[in-house]
Amino acid sequence: MDKLVVSTSAHIKDIESIPRIMWGVNLALLPTLIGAVYFFGVYALWIVLSSVVSAVITEAVVQKFILKRPVTVSDGSAVTCGILLAFSIPPAVPLWLPAVGSFVAMAIAKQCFGGLGWNVFNPAMIGRAFLLISWPIEMTTWTLPLNGMTGASPLGILKKDGLEKVIEFFGDRGIMYTDLFIGNIRGSLGETSCVLLLLGAIYLLYKRYISWHIPVSFLGTVAGLSWIIGGDPLFAILSGGCILGAFFIATDMVTSPVTKTGQLIFGAGIGALVVLIRAKAGYPEGVCYAVLLMNTLTPLIDRWIKPKPYGVVKK
Amino acid sequence: MNLLTFKGGIHPKEEKFYTQDKVIREMPRPTKVVIPLRQHIGAPCEIKVAKGDEVKIGQVVGSSPTYVCANIHASISGKVVDIASMPHPTLGHCLCVVIESALEDKWVEVEHHRDWEHLTNEKLRTIIKEAGIVGLGGATFPTHVKLSPPEDKPIDTVILNGAECEPYLTSDQRIMMERAKDIAQGLKIIMKILSAKAAFIAGEINKPSALSLMAKAIKGEKDIEVMPLETKYPQGSEKQLIKAVLNREVPSGKLPLDVGVVVQNVGTALAIMEAVVLGKPLIDRTVTVTGLAIKEPQNLRVRIGTLFQDVIDACGGFDKEPGKIIMGGPMMGIAQKSTDVPVIKGTSGILVLPKKEVNLSHPRDCIRCGRCIEICPMRLMPNMLGILVERARWEEAKTYHLLDCIECGSCGYACPSNRSLVHFIKLGKFKISKK
Repeated sequence: MDKLVVSTSAHIKDIESIPRIMWGVNLALLPTLIGAVYFFGVYALWIVLSSVVSAVITEAVVQKFILKRPVTVSDGSAVTCGILLAFSIPPAVPLWLPAVGSFVAMAIAKQCFGGLGWNVFNPAMIGRAFLLISWPIEMTTWTLPLNGMTGASPLGILKKDGLEKVIEFFGDRGIMYTDLFIGNIRGSLGETSCVLLLLGAIYLLYKRYISWHIPVSFLGTVAGLSWIIGGDPLFAILSGGCILGAFFIATDMVTSPVTKTGQLIFGAGIGALVVLIRAKAGYPEGVCYAVLLMNTLTPLIDRWIKPKPYGVVKK
Repeated sequence: MNLLTFKGGIHPKEEKFYTQDKVIREMPRPTKVVIPLRQHIGAPCEIKVAKGDEVKIGQVVGSSPTYVCANIHASISGKVVDIASMPHPTLGHCLCVVIESALEDKWVEVEHHRDWEHLTNEKLRTIIKEAGIVGLGGATFPTHVKLSPPEDKPIDTVILNGAECEPYLTSDQRIMMERAKDIAQGLKIIMKILSAKAAFIAGEINKPSALSLMAKAIKGEKDIEVMPLETKYPQGSEKQLIKAVLNREVPSGKLPLDVGVVVQNVGTALAIMEAVVLGKPLIDRTVTVTGLAIKEPQNLRVRIGTLFQDVIDACGGFDKEPGKIIMGGPMMGIAQKSTDVPVIKGTSGILVLPKKEVNLSHPRDCIRCGRCIEICPMRLMPNMLGILVERARWEEAKTYHLLDCIECGSCGYACPSNRSLVHFIKLGKFKISKK
């Protein structure tokens, strides 16, 4: 008997770890990736690869040569960020565009703040916002699935001409819901197919990598407020980035509140901002900015909302 | 079935299969015992023997006039060969009495009290104090103190703690199965001392035969009830147990007696019965010797002061190279740096993990997943406590209720970043206590 390990309790550990969670999220995004290749062609795969490779290389280079810290790209979080960024940009952008976005996401939004766990903003959304501001034409050129014809997205039509024109575009209301659900619409690479996103979301909920609180309060608020202002609640949650945002982006652990109550407030805040931006702002879609704005409130929510400890009486 | 429990908690693998079906075996008399003079919370004992003295089993080797203290007795008969500072399983080092065994067991004169119902409560408390009984669940708080609540705080309920929620450990389960009647008698002594009207014997539902045997032992007793609880860690923690059984919360910084409750471990009740009825002081206890690296895991009745190495040898020695030797269970137990430490009153188990079961992965930064908050049985924010202690922000850590933490280890178990949250919390409490 040579060396015994001496450490503080607990001496056992459950199986979950950061790499398991992050690679689990990547796995949950796989059906949507396959769907994107089906709807938008093999080019979609190149966009995702460009984004992921850039994210991984950026993180590795920054950690090794600038911060001189251990390189942690194997934990899967850089891959997750790369995929999410690619999923939130249009399917016909030049290949350098996602690479630039991922560079900004990793170098500025993530590593400048201290790396995984310390970033205030969702890195993928910072990357997307940077691209949208810098290259607005490329970032708003939408192509039709399985055909490639460019034109306005359903939310673009809604903004310009109203819901009647959207329904007219699809033929009737039933076809509209079906196409939105399956993903047979113009939109960002990985945001269109609700059914495939939900497939991944069910996996994440089952593995308890996300909880229902943020998605339900986010989507519930979008549906409720849309109905109040006279819109179509179902159209509101199935269109644009709502499903992708509710289950995969707003649920990012690092940038959302730690308590369940805090998460309900956070989700509802995003939902309200999405409806506000869609209805009143210059953009047809607002998930990205809504998430980023609520990210700024996360530290405050965590200060306001704390669990009441056992045996502590409020004074 | 909707079982009683508390909010939060975790479900680690139970690992009780190693020893739960093994009858408690008396460990053969060791050739030597090392008896530390500090085995309890409170004042250390003063030494009452000298080097070269012949001692008998049950003879007091250490005692103190201080109220919060528990006598320490010789656990074998023989000769005191040394009195020196020796390795101790929880304190690092401590003054110990080393006794080399004679060839046979010789007892001091003891006082039986089979008719204890007629004794005064004062007399019963004195017997328990003289017998050196402490909380055998691991806390080792002197029992006579716990059984002397202030007059203005009447006790209405006694809870006998047979939860044994730590993975691996089965000593409480086995004594409930093998000594149910004696435990019930110990409980009745406790109830008499406290004038308590009701008592519950609480245990996790994963030991059904222990619970049914206890129920059989108290048949006909109207004021005692067996209470099955959900199997969940840390169900056996005093505060969580009170919440589960009575739905009362012990106020922050207060004691169970402030809500009219006294909790005693089943092992303590057994020791009380043995002290009062048989006149036997606390010179031995049941220890679960277990883990994948132990050749023949089992439950042993071990004399206080027996060295871990001797106990492990009595279980066939190591089967695999040991990576970690833990006194207690895997959630709250204390890792040892050698096997030269003695079994003390608080040693509920000796757990030996082989190298491959030792978690050596590096901690990462907190990713704010919130799991620790979700499962914390005290409803604290362990993530914040860890971060604040890392930054030496002690005052802020206090506002996050650092001092309310019970150090159960659930947060560290659940943390995907593998952060040593209990380590931070213990460090924080230590630093705050030094200020």
